[in-house]
Amino acid sequence: MKTKTTQQLEQQLKRHSKAAKLEIWGRTISLTALLLIVAVVVAIIGFVASKGIATFTSNHVNLGDFLTGKSWNPNITDANGKPEVGALPMIVGSFLITILSAIVATPFAIGTAVFMNEISPNKGAKILQPVTELLVGIPSVVYGFIGLSVVVPTTRAIFGGSGFGILSGTCVLFVMILPTVTSMSADALKSVPRYYREASLALGATQWQTIYKVVLRAATPGLMTAVVFGMARAFGEALAVQMVIGNAALMPNSLVSPSSTLTSVLTTGIGNTVMGSLQNNALWSLALVLLLMSLVFNLIIRLIGRKGRLQ
Amino acid sequence: MSKKRWWQGLGLLIVVVLGVYAYQTRQVSHAGESITAVGSTALQPLVEAAGEQYTGEHLGTFINVQGGGTGTGLSQIQEGAVQIGNSDLFAGEQKGIQAADLVDHRVAVVGITPIVNRKVGVTNLSTAQLIRVFTGKVTNWKQVGGADLPVVLINRAQGSGTRATFEQFGLAKHRSKTAQEQDSSGMVRSIVATTPGAISYVAFSYVDKTVQDLSLDHVSPTEDNVTTNRWKIWSYEHLYTKGQPTGLTKKFIAYVESPAVQKTLVRQLGYLSPSQMMVERDAAGKITPMGGA
Repeated sequence: MKTKTTQQLEQQLKRHSKAAKLEIWGRTISLTALLLIVAVVVAIIGFVASKGIATFTSNHVNLGDFLTGKSWNPNITDANGKPEVGALPMIVGSFLITILSAIVATPFAIGTAVFMNEISPNKGAKILQPVTELLVGIPSVVYGFIGLSVVVPTTRAIFGGSGFGILSGTCVLFVMILPTVTSMSADALKSVPRYYREASLALGATQWQTIYKVVLRAATPGLMTAVVFGMARAFGEALAVQMVIGNAALMPNSLVSPSSTLTSVLTTGIGNTVMGSLQNNALWSLALVLLLMSLVFNLIIRLIGRKGRLQ
Repeated sequence: MSKKRWWQGLGLLIVVVLGVYAYQTRQVSHAGESITAVGSTALQPLVEAAGEQYTGEHLGTFINVQGGGTGTGLSQIQEGAVQIGNSDLFAGEQKGIQAADLVDHRVAVVGITPIVNRKVGVTNLSTAQLIRVFTGKVTNWKQVGGADLPVVLINRAQGSGTRATFEQFGLAKHRSKTAQEQDSSGMVRSIVATTPGAISYVAFSYVDKTVQDLSLDHVSPTEDNVTTNRWKIWSYEHLYTKGQPTGLTKKFIAYVESPAVQKTLVRQLGYLSPSQMMVERDAAGKITPMGGA
């Protein structure tokens, strides 16, 4: 009798309870989801890299020529019999438009975030928050269309030329990245502890002194992350930029001359090339540059985050 | 607990119903019942309209038509991924394509004309002047007898069929100077219409009163001039198949080539029918008069 009850007890204790089974089940599901996503990311990077590197391995284009060449005509070959695949105009265009739009957007975004968090939290929560969220939801083709029918003619009227160019692109991208940078800056300001402000005010600082010398300083890593995030978005934006930049593979010699970005050349060109040909591979190389740059942006964001935590 | 069960049951029911529905309506792709045509956006409207008419008359057949560009069409047909590849160019003109494997079916002819902004004040150019404009030697319209406006070149994307045709026959194989590129004819027209000094080129069907078309050497861009090759900037629209077509593909291509479609749809959509042509042009650009005409 006694042994039987012990056995029963043992069985009962060793058996997985319902909660334990659910736990295993849940763990399996989330692990599968994670593995699936990792596999997709690895597959995408692998595919783009293998296609992008083919330009240099199977088409024998010099990497240096690709990165510093100024002439983009994959359809024809130059005097030395080498295809003209100089990506510098696109790389310069992408960086210029990204940096310019970040420079323009940052003061507006931080100003809005300060108003929302520090100066008038009530109005901020009621009006500004929904407005910025609305801006995030507008599809990029709508921005592009507005850029084409409003920004481009305005630029043409004021600065001359055709109106297509980096300036118009900057104007459109500024509005597009503004909500991202604003809402992330607002989060950064929110995470500054309340007692920082209280201590500052108790020392006799005015509100402006508190904001400028305490809150913004304490939130700097968060604000920088917000700006880099905005830049990453600007760098990868294709459609809206393509509609207003003019897509001329030329070195931009002024802000109102037509130029191009990595993304705009990709979207206009990919349908007109044949898989496996040099023209196609060259476009994949541009995609690879784009992918590497967004990885760099991610690294910068991580780096800023880590530095911010140490202080 | 029972409520949870109920939800689980409902979820399961939805999955089962959707599964059964998806199975029942799955695309049955026996040979001869469903084909796919991919490629040139210039030819897409015609193939789409013809496909709709054809499936309306022959129930149980499906013709999927997708864009993607001439390059996509030719590479997909070369790989055998689709049944028909739509192209603005002869397959031999596209790099990376083995033209010998593909069979050409010319279903339409499209004329291309230079267009300029209305403020330019030019309605005729000589071919030499046109070449000088597109190669960047003429930078102001007053150099060719127009208004005092800088020339703004607008090109189609590299590899576009319209651009290839224009450079070959309009610019006598000169390459256009690197300039703005747009990836659709509609976009080109609206930019030319709104940008002072702009010049570009589109198919005849895209010309409307917002832009000015140009005569070249006093030959105006009309369909009659295309049929006699007095207007030289035109190209065939091709349906390519891998090997000789069979089954539904064969029937559909025969349908598009039939007088019923050639005399109605092809004309309505702004193309010319190859049967109207009094000359024939081969892949090398050689012109021969048509026998019957």
